[in-house]
Order: sequence, then structure tokens, then C-alpha cells
Amino acid sequence: MTGLLAVTTPYTVPAGVMGVLQAVLLVLTGAGATAVVLTRSPVRQVLVLSAYGLVLALLFMVFQAPDVTLSELAVGTVALPALLLLTLARVRRREK
Amino acid sequence: MTERWRRGVFLAGAAGLAALLLWGLAGLPGFGRYPGPYGDIINRIAVAQTNATGVVSAVNFSYRGFDTVGEEFILFAAAAGVATVLRHLRGKDRISTRRAALDRVAPPASDALRMAALAFTGPVIVLGWFLATHAQTSPSGGFQGGVLLTTAFVLVYLAGQVLLFRRVSPEDLTDIAEAVGAGGFAAVGVTALALGLPYLSNYLPLGSTPGAVSSSGTIALISLLVGIEVGAAFLLIIGELVDQALLVREGGT
Repeated sequence: MTGLLAVTTPYTVPAGVMGVLQAVLLVLTGAGATAVVLTRSPVRQVLVLSAYGLVLALLFMVFQAPDVTLSELAVGTVALPALLLLTLARVRRREK
Repeated sequence: MTERWRRGVFLAGAAGLAALLLWGLAGLPGFGRYPGPYGDIINRIAVAQTNATGVVSAVNFSYRGFDTVGEEFILFAAAAGVATVLRHLRGKDRISTRRAALDRVAPPASDALRMAALAFTGPVIVLGWFLATHAQTSPSGGFQGGVLLTTAFVLVYLAGQVLLFRRVSPEDLTDIAEAVGAGGFAAVGVTALALGLPYLSNYLPLGSTPGAVSSSGTIALISLLVGIEVGAAFLLIIGELVDQALLVREGGT
């Protein structure tokens, strides 16, 4: 079965390098999630969440799931933060 | 319940959860090892069976198309719910608000933001359209493409063109697009039933070249319909929220 996947192209990243990338991004994912939780101001939290979405997208990329990367980029870094910011704007206006 | 008791209950629950998690994690297959036969079988037969080189799309829109219909209608129901609640809240203010917004001087966006937003609008539309129409050939699909197309509208809004945003995405049109996308997906499936095939069977000609844009039959068609539905759903939700922000801003000043 692995024979099917072990295709080497000029763009193939060596397995060792890939392992390092995966480890680095797993650590970044943990750190990013902690950063999102620890950010107290809602607006800043949305921006940190958006950056965290980018980290998740890169994580999916190095784990060979480009489809999920695209979804995460579109939803996690753009659509979700936009919705949250608009909601925050709505709530704040009401509070004033 | 005293604080000590509460802490005791929490610690007992947390310990139980941790134990179950560790037990479950210990039973997982090793890192990078895939135990099931399903993925390997799909990898072997999907391209030959569907003429789609984007095998993930073949799974999403054909082999597991039924799951995707369900997800599609989750988003459809969510957008319909948001529209129902927010439009009800606006009530009869709606028309007057729209009219008031026409006279309103929008808060100026900075030149840098406007330039960046306008510069990105065109490329984002091209990329979104590409993704929505190339699910069958490469890693992409209607969902990603649809969200990106919505992003183009959000960029127009960010460029300070609130009224243009509303003109290029009128409510009725987004409502119709959402219904056409979701209903079209279901209709593609039902058409298969009418032809005497299982629900969502791929009954369109698959094309002769695997990986060509015109290949893969219903997979490409469903991806495009999903793109329309998802784009319209997000646009509808964002449009409602923008209107709400305008409405309250109007009331506040």
C-alpha cells in the first residue's frame, strides 16, 4: 500500500524535514490555542483566533491534507473572524 | 454545595475524563498508520471509476455524497435561521433603515485599507471561481470556492462601499441562490432515483480524460452547486449582520 504513496518528485520534501515541520507545527498549534484562550479582550481574541486559523491551515498542509487547508484558510482565517467582528460591532453598539 | 464539595466533584470528573482519554489514546494505531481498508481501496479505484483526479472531491461528492447533502442542509438551515431571527428583529424598520442608510455618510475607511481591499477583490473572485469549478481535477471544491467568493463581497464592504455591497448582493438574489444551490444538490440525487439508480449515483458522462475540467460527471456539477449554496449562505449571514450593525449604528448616532 505504501508503494502507492511513495512517489518522489522534484518537489518532494525529505521525510526528515517533513517530520521536523510537523513537530514544529504541532507545538505551534498547542501554543496558538493557549494564546487564543488567554487573550481577554474580545476584539484581540478574534485577531489571535484568525492567526491561529493560519497555523491550523499550515498544520493540515504538512499532514498532506490540502483540501482541508483550503477550507481552514477560508473559514478559520476569514469567514469566522469576519462574522465574530460583525457580531461584536453589533453588541457594542447596543451597549453604548 | 460548598466550594470544597464542588472542587471534589470536579476533580473526580476530571480524573475520570483523563483516564478515559488516556485509555482511548493508548488504543490508537501508531502515528501515520492507517488501519482501515476503505482509504486504500478508494485510492486504487477512484480515478478509474469517476475520472476525477481530485479523489477527495470524488469521496465528498460521490462516494460519500449523502453525508455532504446532510452537511449542506446544516448550513442551509443555519443561514435560514439567522435570516429568520434577524429579519424578524428588524421588523418594519427594515425598509426605513435601508432608506436611511442611503442618506447616511459611511464612516471613511483608510486609504490603505481601501486600496488593499480593492486590489484583492479581483484575484479573490478568480481564485474562488477556480476552486469551485476544479474540484474534480485538484485539491479544491465548492465549499472553499464558495467561502472565497463571499470574501470578495466582504472586501467590497471593507473598501467602504456598504451600499455597493448591498447592490451587488441583494437579499432576494442571495436567498434564491442559496435555495438553488441546496435544492440543486438534492435534485441531482433525486434525478438518479428517477433513472432507477441509487440516490446520488453518478449518471452524467464521465468524459474521456481523467482530470479534465469536463470530466467526472455529477462530481463537478455538485461541486459548483455547493459553491453557489455556500457562497450565498455566508453572504446572507454576513449581509444580515452588516445590516444589523448599520441599523444599530443608525440608532446610536
